[in-house]
Amino acid sequence: MIRSFSINEFYFLLSAVQWTLALSAIAFLGGAIAGLLIALGRTSPIKPVRLAATGYIQVFQGTPLLMQLFLVFFGATVLGIDMNPWAAAALGLTLNASAFLGEIWRGCIQSVPRGQWEAASALGLRYPGLMRYVILPQAVKVALPPTVGYLVQLIKGTSLAAIIGFTELTRAGQIVNNATFQPFLVFSIVAALYFVLCWPLSLLAARLEARYAAPGR
Amino acid sequence: MTLNDDRTEAPVPRSMSDEIIIRMEGVQKWFGDFQALKDVNLEVRKGERIVVCGPSGSGKSTLIRCINQLEQHQQGRIVVNGIELGAGARHLDAVRREVGMVFQSFNLFPHLTVLQNCMLAPLKVRGMAKDEAKAIAMKYLQRVRIPEQADKFPGQLSGGQQQRVAIARALCMNPKIMLFDEPTSALDPEMVKEVLDTMISLAQDGMTMLCVTHEMGFAKSVADRVIFMDRGEIVEQNTPEEFFSNPRSERTKLFLSQILSH
Ligand SMILES: Nc1ncnc2c1ncn2[C@@H]1O[C@H](COP(=O)(O)OP(=O)(O)OP(=O)(O)O)[C@@H](O)[C@H]1O
Ligand SMILES: [Mg+2]
Repeated sequence: MIRSFSINEFYFLLSAVQWTLALSAIAFLGGAIAGLLIALGRTSPIKPVRLAATGYIQVFQGTPLLMQLFLVFFGATVLGIDMNPWAAAALGLTLNASAFLGEIWRGCIQSVPRGQWEAASALGLRYPGLMRYVILPQAVKVALPPTVGYLVQLIKGTSLAAIIGFTELTRAGQIVNNATFQPFLVFSIVAALYFVLCWPLSLLAARLEARYAAPGR
Repeated sequence: MTLNDDRTEAPVPRSMSDEIIIRMEGVQKWFGDFQALKDVNLEVRKGERIVVCGPSGSGKSTLIRCINQLEQHQQGRIVVNGIELGAGARHLDAVRREVGMVFQSFNLFPHLTVLQNCMLAPLKVRGMAKDEAKAIAMKYLQRVRIPEQADKFPGQLSGGQQQRVAIARALCMNPKIMLFDEPTSALDPEMVKEVLDTMISLAQDGMTMLCVTHEMGFAKSVADRVIFMDRGEIVEQNTPEEFFSNPRSERTKLFLSQILSH
Protein backbone atom coordinates (compact mmCIF):
# COMPACT_ATOMS: atom_id res chain seq x y z
CA MET A 1 0.00 0.00 0.00
CA ILE A 2 1.71 3.10 -1.22
CA ARG A 3 0.68 6.46 0.10
CA SER A 4 1.63 9.69 -1.56
CA PHE A 5 3.54 12.30 0.35
CA SER A 6 1.08 14.64 1.99
CA ILE A 7 1.01 17.29 4.67
CA ASN A 8 0.54 14.53 7.25
CA GLU A 9 3.83 12.96 6.28
CA PHE A 10 5.41 16.36 6.63
CA TYR A 11 3.96 16.81 10.11
CA PHE A 12 5.28 13.40 11.06
CA LEU A 13 8.77 14.44 10.01
CA LEU A 14 8.41 17.74 11.77
CA SER A 15 7.35 16.11 15.02
CA ALA A 16 10.37 13.79 14.83
CA VAL A 17 12.55 16.88 15.06
CA GLN A 18 11.71 17.07 18.75
CA TRP A 19 13.33 13.66 19.29
CA THR A 20 16.42 14.73 17.47
CA LEU A 21 16.53 17.82 19.65
CA ALA A 22 15.85 15.88 22.84
CA LEU A 23 18.56 13.36 22.04
CA SER A 24 20.98 16.16 21.17
CA ALA A 25 20.20 18.02 24.36
CA ILE A 26 20.70 14.99 26.58
CA ALA A 27 23.89 13.94 24.85
CA PHE A 28 25.17 17.49 25.02
CA LEU A 29 24.38 17.98 28.70
CA GLY A 30 25.66 14.58 29.73
CA GLY A 31 28.64 14.98 27.44
CA ALA A 32 29.39 18.39 28.90
CA ILE A 33 29.43 17.16 32.48
CA ALA A 34 31.50 14.10 31.71
CA GLY A 35 33.58 16.09 29.21
CA LEU A 36 34.56 18.59 31.88
CA LEU A 37 35.83 15.75 34.03
CA ILE A 38 37.71 14.32 31.06
CA ALA A 39 39.24 17.71 30.28
CA LEU A 40 40.31 18.16 33.89
CA GLY A 41 41.70 14.64 33.83
CA ARG A 42 43.67 15.36 30.68
CA THR A 43 45.25 18.43 32.29
CA SER A 44 45.63 16.90 35.74
CA PRO A 45 48.96 17.11 37.54
CA ILE A 46 48.50 13.43 38.42
CA LYS A 47 49.92 11.17 35.75
CA PRO A 48 47.65 8.09 36.04
CA VAL A 49 44.60 10.36 35.83
CA ARG A 50 46.05 11.98 32.73
CA LEU A 51 46.73 8.61 31.12
CA ALA A 52 43.25 7.30 31.89
CA ALA A 53 41.60 10.38 30.39
CA THR A 54 43.85 10.16 27.33
CA GLY A 55 42.93 6.51 26.84
CA TYR A 56 39.23 7.29 27.10
CA ILE A 57 39.48 10.02 24.49
CA GLN A 58 41.51 7.84 22.14
CA VAL A 59 39.04 4.96 22.30
CA PHE A 60 36.04 7.16 21.53
CA GLN A 61 37.75 9.26 18.91
CA GLY A 62 39.35 6.25 17.27
CA THR A 63 36.22 4.19 16.69
CA PRO A 64 33.12 5.02 14.63
CA LEU A 65 30.19 6.48 16.52
CA LEU A 66 27.96 3.84 14.97
CA MET A 67 30.07 1.05 16.49
CA GLN A 68 29.83 2.76 19.86
CA LEU A 69 26.05 2.85 19.57
CA PHE A 70 25.99 -0.82 18.56
CA LEU A 71 28.23 -1.78 21.45
CA VAL A 72 26.11 0.08 23.99
CA PHE A 73 22.86 -1.27 22.53
CA PHE A 74 23.87 -4.89 22.03
CA GLY A 75 26.34 -4.88 24.91
CA ALA A 76 23.54 -4.08 27.31
CA THR A 77 21.62 -7.08 26.02
CA VAL A 78 24.65 -9.32 26.49
CA LEU A 79 24.89 -8.10 30.08
CA GLY A 80 21.23 -8.89 30.52
CA ILE A 81 20.17 -5.28 30.79
CA ASP A 82 17.04 -4.36 28.90
CA MET A 83 18.13 -1.24 27.09
CA ASN A 84 15.67 0.44 24.77
CA PRO A 85 17.00 2.25 21.69
CA TRP A 86 16.30 5.63 23.29
CA ALA A 87 18.46 4.94 26.34
CA ALA A 88 21.16 3.29 24.25
CA ALA A 89 21.30 6.22 21.86
CA ALA A 90 21.42 8.72 24.70
CA LEU A 91 24.17 6.84 26.54
CA GLY A 92 26.24 6.14 23.43
CA LEU A 93 26.08 9.73 22.24
CA THR A 94 26.84 11.03 25.73
CA LEU A 95 29.97 8.92 25.98
CA ASN A 96 31.05 9.99 22.53
CA ALA A 97 30.33 13.66 23.18
CA SER A 98 32.22 13.59 26.46
CA ALA A 99 35.34 12.42 24.68
CA PHE A 100 35.12 15.07 21.97
CA LEU A 101 34.18 17.89 24.34
CA GLY A 102 36.86 16.72 26.75
CA GLU A 103 39.48 17.02 24.05
CA ILE A 104 38.20 20.41 22.86
CA TRP A 105 38.18 21.75 26.38
CA ARG A 106 41.58 20.33 27.21
CA GLY A 107 42.95 22.56 24.50
CA CYS A 108 41.05 25.54 25.90
CA ILE A 109 42.36 24.93 29.42
CA GLN A 110 45.89 24.62 28.12
CA SER A 111 45.52 27.80 26.08
CA VAL A 112 45.37 29.80 29.30
CA PRO A 113 48.92 31.13 29.65
CA ARG A 114 51.27 29.43 32.11
CA GLY A 115 51.73 32.70 33.91
CA GLN A 116 48.13 32.56 35.07
CA TRP A 117 48.70 29.17 36.72
CA GLU A 118 51.90 30.44 38.25
CA ALA A 119 50.41 33.65 39.58
CA ALA A 120 47.46 31.80 41.09
CA SER A 121 49.74 29.17 42.63
CA ALA A 122 52.08 31.82 43.99
CA LEU A 123 49.09 33.45 45.69
CA GLY A 124 48.46 30.18 47.47
CA LEU A 125 45.46 28.97 45.49
CA ARG A 126 45.27 25.20 45.36
CA TYR A 127 44.15 23.24 42.33
CA PRO A 128 40.35 23.43 42.84
CA GLY A 129 40.33 27.18 43.50
CA LEU A 130 42.90 27.83 40.85
CA MET A 131 40.78 26.02 38.28
CA ARG A 132 37.49 27.47 39.38
CA TYR A 133 38.41 31.11 39.81
CA VAL A 134 41.31 31.60 37.43
CA ILE A 135 41.68 29.00 34.69
CA LEU A 136 38.17 27.86 33.80
CA PRO A 137 36.62 31.35 33.51
CA GLN A 138 39.29 32.19 30.96
CA ALA A 139 39.04 28.83 29.21
CA VAL A 140 35.27 29.20 28.81
CA LYS A 141 35.67 32.17 26.50
CA VAL A 142 38.00 30.25 24.25
CA ALA A 143 35.77 27.20 24.46
CA LEU A 144 32.50 28.79 23.43
CA PRO A 145 32.92 28.88 19.62
CA PRO A 146 34.29 25.34 19.18
CA THR A 147 31.70 24.01 21.63
CA VAL A 148 28.83 25.47 19.63
CA GLY A 149 30.55 24.16 16.52
CA TYR A 150 30.67 20.71 18.08
CA LEU A 151 26.97 20.90 18.93
CA VAL A 152 26.31 21.03 15.18
CA GLN A 153 28.30 17.81 14.73
CA LEU A 154 26.40 16.25 17.58
CA ILE A 155 22.98 17.08 16.13
CA LYS A 156 23.98 15.55 12.82
CA GLY A 157 25.48 12.58 14.68
CA THR A 158 22.13 11.76 16.30
CA SER A 159 20.98 10.56 12.87
CA LEU A 160 22.95 7.36 13.49
CA ALA A 161 20.55 6.51 16.29
CA ALA A 162 18.09 5.67 13.49
CA ILE A 163 20.10 2.52 12.82
CA ILE A 164 19.48 1.08 16.28
CA GLY A 165 15.81 1.86 15.83
CA PHE A 166 15.33 5.10 17.70
CA THR A 167 12.72 7.21 15.93
CA GLU A 168 14.29 10.58 15.50
CA LEU A 169 14.30 12.66 12.32
CA THR A 170 16.31 10.30 10.10
CA ARG A 171 14.36 7.23 11.19
CA ALA A 172 11.11 9.13 10.63
CA GLY A 173 12.39 9.84 7.11
CA GLN A 174 13.00 6.14 6.55
CA ILE A 175 9.52 5.30 7.78
CA VAL A 176 7.88 7.86 5.51
CA ASN A 177 9.97 6.73 2.59
CA ASN A 178 8.97 3.12 3.12
CA ALA A 179 5.36 4.19 2.83
CA THR A 180 5.66 6.68 -0.01
CA PHE A 181 8.65 5.51 -2.08
CA GLN A 182 9.63 9.08 -2.74
CA PRO A 183 13.14 8.96 -1.35
CA PHE A 184 14.46 12.06 -3.04
CA LEU A 185 11.63 14.22 -1.81
CA VAL A 186 11.57 12.72 1.67
CA PHE A 187 15.29 12.91 2.33
CA SER A 188 15.49 16.39 0.85
CA ILE A 189 12.99 17.48 3.44
CA VAL A 190 14.84 15.63 6.19
CA ALA A 191 18.09 17.27 5.15
CA ALA A 192 16.41 20.66 5.04
CA LEU A 193 15.13 20.18 8.57
CA TYR A 194 18.66 19.30 9.79
CA PHE A 195 19.90 22.39 8.01
CA VAL A 196 17.37 24.58 9.75
CA LEU A 197 18.57 23.24 13.09
CA CYS A 198 22.26 23.45 12.39
CA TRP A 199 22.69 26.53 10.28
CA PRO A 200 21.86 29.09 12.98
CA LEU A 201 24.27 27.33 15.32
CA SER A 202 27.01 27.43 12.70
CA LEU A 203 26.39 31.13 12.28
CA LEU A 204 26.49 31.61 16.02
CA ALA A 205 29.77 29.72 16.28
CA ALA A 206 31.29 31.89 13.58
CA ARG A 207 30.10 35.05 15.28
CA LEU A 208 31.38 33.97 18.67
CA GLU A 209 34.68 33.13 17.12
CA ALA A 210 34.96 36.54 15.50
CA ARG A 211 34.04 38.21 18.76
CA TYR A 212 36.44 36.35 21.02
CA ALA A 213 39.24 36.32 18.52
CA ALA A 214 39.07 40.11 18.51
CA PRO A 215 42.17 41.79 19.92
CA GLY A 216 42.16 42.93 23.53
CA ARG A 217 39.70 41.33 25.88
CA MET B 1 70.91 50.56 33.28
CA THR B 2 73.40 53.09 34.50
CA LEU B 3 75.01 53.48 37.85
CA ASN B 4 74.35 57.15 38.35
CA ASP B 5 70.66 57.04 37.91
CA ASP B 6 68.92 60.07 39.37
CA ARG B 7 65.82 58.22 40.48
CA THR B 8 67.74 56.30 43.09
CA GLU B 9 69.85 58.97 44.77
CA ALA B 10 68.91 58.59 48.40
CA PRO B 11 69.99 55.27 49.81
CA VAL B 12 67.28 53.36 51.61
CA PRO B 13 68.13 52.85 55.28
CA ARG B 14 69.09 49.34 56.27
CA SER B 15 66.57 47.46 58.31
CA MET B 16 67.92 43.96 58.50
CA SER B 17 67.58 41.80 61.56
CA ASP B 18 69.70 38.81 62.50
CA GLU B 19 66.90 36.33 62.04
CA ILE B 20 67.37 34.10 59.03
CA ILE B 21 64.16 33.87 57.03
CA ILE B 22 65.35 31.91 53.98
CA ARG B 23 68.01 29.26 54.09
CA MET B 24 69.14 27.34 51.01
CA GLU B 25 71.69 24.60 51.51
CA GLY B 26 73.32 22.71 48.68
CA VAL B 27 70.34 23.21 46.39
CA GLN B 28 70.54 21.39 43.07
CA LYS B 29 67.99 21.66 40.32
CA TRP B 30 67.84 19.92 36.98
CA PHE B 31 65.55 20.35 34.01
CA GLY B 32 65.96 16.92 32.42
CA ASP B 33 69.71 16.59 31.86
CA PHE B 34 70.33 20.29 32.21
CA GLN B 35 71.48 21.48 35.60
CA ALA B 36 69.95 24.90 36.27
CA LEU B 37 71.13 25.30 39.88
CA LYS B 38 74.46 23.96 41.08
CA ASP B 39 75.02 23.67 44.82
CA VAL B 40 73.36 26.93 45.74
CA ASN B 41 73.86 28.10 49.31
CA LEU B 42 72.11 31.23 50.44
CA GLU B 43 70.96 32.75 53.67
CA VAL B 44 68.60 35.69 53.66
CA ARG B 45 67.93 37.64 56.82
CA LYS B 46 64.63 39.17 57.74
CA GLY B 47 64.30 42.61 56.19
CA GLU B 48 67.21 42.03 53.85
CA ARG B 49 67.01 43.36 50.29
CA ILE B 50 68.81 41.23 47.76
CA VAL B 51 69.31 41.91 44.09
CA VAL B 52 70.08 38.93 41.88
CA CYS B 53 71.72 39.57 38.55
CA GLY B 54 73.55 37.59 35.92
CA PRO B 55 73.44 36.73 32.25
CA SER B 56 70.37 35.26 30.58
CA GLY B 57 69.89 31.60 31.40
CA SER B 58 72.11 31.75 34.49
CA GLY B 59 69.36 30.46 36.78
CA LYS B 60 68.14 33.66 38.44
CA SER B 61 64.46 32.95 37.88
CA THR B 62 64.92 29.32 38.82
CA LEU B 63 66.58 30.36 42.07
CA ILE B 64 63.75 32.57 43.26
CA ARG B 65 61.06 30.26 41.89
CA CYS B 66 62.45 27.48 44.08
CA ILE B 67 61.73 29.64 47.12
CA ASN B 68 57.98 29.43 46.56
CA GLN B 69 58.25 26.10 44.78
CA LEU B 70 57.02 27.15 41.39
CA GLU B 71 60.03 24.99 40.59
CA GLN B 72 60.92 22.00 42.70
CA HIS B 73 64.53 21.44 43.61
CA GLN B 74 65.82 17.89 43.56
CA GLN B 75 68.58 18.04 46.14
CA GLY B 76 69.49 20.15 49.10
CA ARG B 77 67.33 21.96 51.63
CA ILE B 78 65.24 25.09 51.43
CA VAL B 79 63.77 26.45 54.64
CA VAL B 80 61.50 29.47 54.43
CA ASN B 81 60.33 31.17 57.60
CA GLY B 82 61.10 28.01 59.52
CA ILE B 83 59.16 25.78 57.13
CA GLU B 84 61.03 23.09 55.27
CA LEU B 85 60.08 22.90 51.60
CA GLY B 86 59.45 19.66 49.79
CA ALA B 87 57.91 18.06 52.86
CA GLY B 88 54.30 17.82 51.80
CA ALA B 89 51.48 19.98 50.53
CA ARG B 90 50.69 21.57 53.89
CA HIS B 91 54.16 23.04 54.05
CA LEU B 92 53.83 24.33 50.53
CA ASP B 93 50.59 26.13 51.36
CA ALA B 94 52.16 27.65 54.45
CA VAL B 95 55.15 28.91 52.52
CA ARG B 96 53.10 30.37 49.70
CA ARG B 97 51.08 32.33 52.22
CA GLU B 98 54.28 33.97 53.43
CA VAL B 99 55.87 34.63 50.05
CA GLY B 100 54.53 37.04 47.45
CA MET B 101 55.72 37.06 43.87
CA VAL B 102 55.77 39.63 41.09
CA PHE B 103 56.41 38.49 37.53
CA GLN B 104 57.93 40.14 34.52
CA SER B 105 54.68 39.76 32.57
CA PHE B 106 52.42 40.91 35.48
CA ASN B 107 50.15 37.86 35.17
CA LEU B 108 47.09 39.70 36.38
CA PHE B 109 43.86 37.76 35.93
CA PRO B 110 42.32 39.39 32.84
CA HIS B 111 38.75 38.34 33.56
CA LEU B 112 38.71 40.00 36.98
CA THR B 113 38.76 43.68 37.86
CA VAL B 114 41.74 45.18 39.63
CA LEU B 115 39.86 44.98 42.92
CA GLN B 116 38.82 41.37 42.31
CA ASN B 117 42.40 40.50 41.42
CA CYS B 118 43.47 41.81 44.81
CA MET B 119 40.62 40.22 46.75
CA LEU B 120 40.79 36.73 45.28
CA ALA B 121 43.52 35.24 47.43
CA PRO B 122 42.43 36.89 50.70
CA LEU B 123 38.93 35.51 50.08
CA LYS B 124 39.76 32.07 48.80
CA VAL B 125 43.07 31.31 50.47
CA ARG B 126 42.80 33.19 53.75
CA GLY B 127 39.03 32.74 53.96
CA MET B 128 38.46 36.39 54.80
CA ALA B 129 35.06 38.01 54.83
CA LYS B 130 34.27 40.11 51.78
CA ASP B 131 34.32 43.47 53.54
CA GLU B 132 37.63 42.76 55.15
CA ALA B 133 39.17 41.56 51.89
CA LYS B 134 37.92 44.65 50.13
CA ALA B 135 39.31 46.94 52.80
CA ILE B 136 42.70 45.28 52.52
CA ALA B 137 42.64 45.40 48.74
CA MET B 138 41.82 49.11 48.79
CA LYS B 139 44.52 49.75 51.37
CA TYR B 140 47.19 48.25 49.13
CA LEU B 141 45.82 49.86 45.98
CA GLN B 142 46.21 53.18 47.81
CA ARG B 143 49.66 52.11 48.76
CA VAL B 144 50.64 51.62 45.10
CA ARG B 145 48.73 54.83 44.34
CA ILE B 146 46.02 53.56 41.99
CA PRO B 147 42.87 53.18 44.10
CA GLU B 148 40.90 54.98 41.40
CA GLN B 149 41.53 52.08 38.98
CA ALA B 150 39.94 49.50 41.26
CA ASP B 151 36.98 48.75 39.01
CA LYS B 152 38.86 48.58 35.74
CA PHE B 153 40.05 45.45 34.06
CA PRO B 154 43.79 44.86 33.77
CA GLY B 155 43.63 45.22 30.00
CA GLN B 156 42.55 48.83 30.43
CA LEU B 157 45.67 49.80 32.37
CA SER B 158 49.17 50.75 31.29
CA GLY B 159 52.00 48.31 31.91
CA GLY B 160 53.28 50.29 34.86
CA GLN B 161 49.86 50.40 36.43
CA GLN B 162 49.39 46.69 35.87
CA GLN B 163 52.65 45.91 37.57
CA ARG B 164 51.70 48.08 40.53
CA VAL B 165 48.41 46.19 40.77
CA ALA B 166 50.40 42.96 40.71
CA ILE B 167 52.48 44.24 43.62
CA ALA B 168 49.33 45.25 45.50
CA ARG B 169 47.77 41.86 44.80
CA ALA B 170 50.76 40.10 46.32
CA LEU B 171 50.81 42.44 49.33
CA CYS B 172 47.15 41.71 50.09
CA MET B 173 48.27 38.32 51.39
CA ASN B 174 50.46 40.16 53.86
CA PRO B 175 53.60 38.24 52.89
CA LYS B 176 56.83 38.31 54.88
CA ILE B 177 58.92 37.94 51.76
CA MET B 178 58.50 39.39 48.27
CA LEU B 179 60.08 37.88 45.18
CA PHE B 180 60.45 39.99 42.05
CA ASP B 181 61.41 38.42 38.73
CA GLU B 182 62.50 41.22 36.41
CA PRO B 183 59.49 43.36 37.33
CA THR B 184 60.46 46.22 35.04
CA SER B 185 61.83 44.35 32.04
CA ALA B 186 58.55 44.29 30.14
CA LEU B 187 57.80 47.96 30.74
CA ASP B 188 58.23 50.95 28.50
CA PRO B 189 61.09 53.08 29.84
CA GLU B 190 58.82 55.85 31.08
CA MET B 191 56.98 53.42 33.33
CA VAL B 192 59.99 51.84 34.97
CA LYS B 193 60.28 54.57 37.57
CA GLU B 194 56.78 54.23 38.99
CA VAL B 195 57.32 50.55 39.60
CA LEU B 196 60.79 51.01 41.07
CA ASP B 197 59.45 53.74 43.34
CA THR B 198 56.82 51.33 44.61
CA MET B 199 59.52 48.75 45.27
CA ILE B 200 61.68 51.30 47.03
CA SER B 201 58.84 52.26 49.31
CA LEU B 202 58.34 48.58 50.14
CA ALA B 203 62.01 48.33 50.97
CA GLN B 204 61.72 51.35 53.25
CA ASP B 205 59.03 49.53 55.18
CA GLY B 206 61.39 46.71 55.93
CA MET B 207 60.06 44.05 53.55
CA THR B 208 62.37 41.13 52.87
CA MET B 209 62.93 41.30 49.12
CA LEU B 210 64.66 39.21 46.50
CA CYS B 211 64.72 41.02 43.19
CA VAL B 212 66.00 39.68 39.93
CA THR B 213 66.70 42.87 38.05
CA HIS B 214 69.18 44.59 35.84
CA GLU B 215 68.28 48.00 37.25
CA MET B 216 71.67 48.68 38.71
CA GLY B 217 70.61 52.05 40.09
CA PHE B 218 68.00 50.24 42.15
CA ALA B 219 70.58 47.70 43.26
CA LYS B 220 72.95 50.45 44.36
CA SER B 221 70.49 52.40 46.43
CA VAL B 222 68.24 49.66 47.80
CA ALA B 223 70.11 46.38 47.99
CA ASP B 224 71.88 45.18 51.07
CA ARG B 225 73.53 42.54 48.95
CA VAL B 226 73.98 41.85 45.26
CA ILE B 227 74.20 38.27 44.10
CA PHE B 228 75.76 37.46 40.77
CA MET B 229 74.84 34.19 39.12
CA ASP B 230 76.34 32.48 36.13
CA ARG B 231 75.65 28.99 34.73
CA GLY B 232 73.54 27.96 37.69
CA GLU B 233 76.02 29.03 40.35
CA ILE B 234 76.24 31.93 42.73
CA VAL B 235 79.57 33.26 41.54
CA GLU B 236 79.89 36.28 43.76
CA GLN B 237 77.93 38.17 46.38
CA ASN B 238 78.72 41.40 48.08
CA THR B 239 77.42 44.78 49.19
CA PRO B 240 76.49 46.90 46.19
CA GLU B 241 79.39 49.28 46.86
CA GLU B 242 81.94 46.48 46.77
CA PHE B 243 80.17 44.58 44.02
CA PHE B 244 80.20 47.44 41.55
CA SER B 245 83.47 49.10 42.42
CA ASN B 246 85.49 46.04 43.21
CA PRO B 247 84.15 42.91 41.49
CA ARG B 248 86.32 39.90 42.26
CA SER B 249 85.63 37.30 39.60
CA GLU B 250 86.36 37.67 35.93
CA ARG B 251 82.84 36.60 35.05
CA THR B 252 81.41 39.41 37.17
CA LYS B 253 83.71 41.95 35.58
CA LEU B 254 82.71 40.81 32.12
CA PHE B 255 79.03 40.95 33.01
CA LEU B 256 79.29 44.41 34.53
CA SER B 257 81.23 45.75 31.59
CA GLN B 258 78.54 44.47 29.26
CA ILE B 259 75.58 45.72 31.22
CA LEU B 260 77.06 49.14 32.00
CA SER B 261 78.10 49.79 28.44
CA HIS B 262 74.47 49.67 27.33
N1 LIG C 1 60.86 24.60 32.49
C1 LIG C 1 62.10 24.47 31.99
N2 LIG C 1 62.44 23.40 31.26
C2 LIG C 1 63.69 23.25 30.77
N3 LIG C 1 64.67 24.14 30.95
C3 LIG C 1 64.41 25.23 31.66
C4 LIG C 1 63.11 25.46 32.21
N4 LIG C 1 63.13 26.64 32.88
C5 LIG C 1 64.38 27.11 32.74
N5 LIG C 1 65.16 26.27 32.01
C6 LIG C 1 66.56 26.46 31.69
O1 LIG C 1 67.26 26.69 32.88
C7 LIG C 1 68.23 27.71 32.72
C8 LIG C 1 68.00 28.80 33.72
O2 LIG C 1 66.78 29.42 33.46
P1 LIG C 1 66.29 30.69 34.23
O3 LIG C 1 64.97 31.03 33.69
O4 LIG C 1 66.41 30.46 35.69
O5 LIG C 1 67.37 31.76 33.78
P2 LIG C 1 67.42 33.30 34.07
O6 LIG C 1 68.72 33.57 34.71
O7 LIG C 1 66.20 33.72 34.79
O8 LIG C 1 67.45 33.92 32.60
P3 LIG C 1 66.71 35.19 32.00
O9 LIG C 1 67.57 36.38 32.33
O10 LIG C 1 66.70 34.92 30.53
O11 LIG C 1 65.35 35.26 32.60
C9 LIG C 1 68.08 28.19 31.27
O12 LIG C 1 69.11 27.61 30.52
C10 LIG C 1 66.75 27.69 30.84
O13 LIG C 1 66.77 27.38 29.48
MG1 LIG D 1 64.50 34.85 34.26
